[in-house]
Amino acid sequence: MANPIIEVRDLTKIYDGKPVVDHLNLLVEEGEVFGLLGPNGAGKSTTILMLLGLTEPSEGTVTIDGINATRNPVAVKKIVGYLPEDVGFYDHMTGLENLIFTSMLNGMSRSEAEIKSFQLLKKVGLENEANKKVGKYSRGMRQRLGLADVLVKNPRVIILDEPTLGIDPSGMYEFLNLIVQLSREDKITVLFSSHHLHQVQQVCDRVAIFVKGKVIAEGNITQLSRKLFSNGNYQIEFAVVEKTNIDALRKVLENISGIKQIEQNNDFFWIESENDVTANVARTLFEKGFNLRYLNRKEYGLDEIYQRYFINA
Amino acid sequence: MRLKKISIGSVLEQLRNNLKSLANNSILTENNYVSTKALGVIVRKEVADYIRSWRFLIMVFLIVLTCIGSVYTAISNMAKAVEKTHPDQLFFFLKLFTVSDGTMPSFIVFIGFLGPLLGLMLGFDAINHEQNRGTLSRLLSQPIPRDYVLNAKFLAAYFVVSALLLSLGLMVIGAGMIVLGVLPSAEEFIRILTFLVIATIYIAVWINLAIFFSVRFRQPATSALAGLAVWLFFTVFYPLILSFILKPIEPSEMASAAEIIKFEKVRLLLVQFMPNELFSQATTTLLTPSIRSIGPLTIQQVYGSIPAPLPFLQSLLIVLPQIIGLFALTLLCFVLSYISFMRKEVRSR
Repeated sequence: MANPIIEVRDLTKIYDGKPVVDHLNLLVEEGEVFGLLGPNGAGKSTTILMLLGLTEPSEGTVTIDGINATRNPVAVKKIVGYLPEDVGFYDHMTGLENLIFTSMLNGMSRSEAEIKSFQLLKKVGLENEANKKVGKYSRGMRQRLGLADVLVKNPRVIILDEPTLGIDPSGMYEFLNLIVQLSREDKITVLFSSHHLHQVQQVCDRVAIFVKGKVIAEGNITQLSRKLFSNGNYQIEFAVVEKTNIDALRKVLENISGIKQIEQNNDFFWIESENDVTANVARTLFEKGFNLRYLNRKEYGLDEIYQRYFINA
Repeated sequence: MRLKKISIGSVLEQLRNNLKSLANNSILTENNYVSTKALGVIVRKEVADYIRSWRFLIMVFLIVLTCIGSVYTAISNMAKAVEKTHPDQLFFFLKLFTVSDGTMPSFIVFIGFLGPLLGLMLGFDAINHEQNRGTLSRLLSQPIPRDYVLNAKFLAAYFVVSALLLSLGLMVIGAGMIVLGVLPSAEEFIRILTFLVIATIYIAVWINLAIFFSVRFRQPATSALAGLAVWLFFTVFYPLILSFILKPIEPSEMASAAEIIKFEKVRLLLVQFMPNELFSQATTTLLTPSIRSIGPLTIQQVYGSIPAPLPFLQSLLIVLPQIIGLFALTLLCFVLSYISFMRKEVRSR
């Protein structure tokens, strides 16, 4: 990777003798939206705490933009914004006041802070609730305020820990779009942790699947499904109108290079191949006088990944 | 044996190198420049929160009420309290803080009693409340050193307490001036101010203790109870335990002076473990200039002394150990909370 902004090496955290995060290695490139996908208790939050220097790793190092997060947390926190799940605000203060407080903690003067805070409220669509007490905000509004709060310091990295928990679907959709938009506009690197695979699939460029403190796979969704399910092979499923049997078909298709295996499953046939032979199979069958009724190159979505790793985990 | 010669030049060179690395360090820290303004920002917010909170208003209401009561009794008993021959009669004004007729405790007793409650009330949920609301992790993910949060909590509480006590003290002086028609002398004024400063240090002990519990315990109710338990222990149970211990070894009336002095010394030592006792010794001595010693004095020691009040600095000298003791307790509690806070893992909720 050319330019990793987050670099995690051999990161380990042990609680009561049990490793919660186990020799984790991660590289996140500048400007990408990276998903940490894993079931509850996989160690995602602990990893994030270590990224921010909010807890000490038992072993290993975390560097963000070349700064060691454990040794120099304050410098890291200058460029990293963190939005925890269910972010807390001072309920007795208004949204604007909360943001002004954060801005001033980041070294702005009162007047700068006011201007900046109001701009950000506009950006996340809360300008009409600016002077409402945060105690009266809805969950979705709080999360959006949280995003504004994170953007106060003009971060280069945003870390979101289960940010969509408890928001209704439409609010969630808006929120995710907002994140992607921000990341593209301002070239902000986003680390997005979730156990909600569809959200991750929706927004992330790359995903790491995290189970029991270990990353078991990493890459974009297509890469992941190939890697996880068929040892890098393609799988094709088809059915034909004519009555036939597996031996006849084997004979027909034997000339196509790359096919490793053909199996029958009731009326359906199933091919595993080294490369994508879908078009080839269709043409060959047609030439030999078969009429295709069904043809599908199997793509494993995150659902299967979820089934296989999370539920069994 | 020959000693290695040290030339002035080499020493200077070393010094220069040291200074250079020091200068480099400071440039380094400038790169990682931490806004010290942030501390002020947090303190300001905390003070605002305290002043607007209901519990603070309730506490202030209670304290003001009891102070009015104690000052009122002091003023109405003033005539009886001032004996013409007593050396303290010169310090008429200090009586306002110390006199009572037995029905209502005096001002210093009240501060000694309510001060801890005020301190506990200001500190008991300093950290855990923030953590339960999820604001602590947001605060700590800002580019500020972690201890700023703790320092700011203490400073804000201390500031509020000092402002409250100072204004109360000045109001008592003002009331005294109006009702009695007497002006305090400069020395009286200094004594009263010193008393108020000691009172703030005394309350700071309890603030820090409460903050320590708020770092340790997740539930504000638990930390409040823990603080109250410590307070009750020292005001009620510790004296009780002491009397159990001391009763059997108390010397009889026939005992020799040496034995009595030895016993008194032991008693004094044990009593001084109580912060409230330290406070009352310090303040009583300061506000009663005729007190010459906190421990026992033999006839030989007193013999030949003129029954006159001590100058301010001499009184201060007597209670210096008590003041240092209170200060050390404050520091101890603060260090404890500092240690447990700095390495604490902060999860969002």
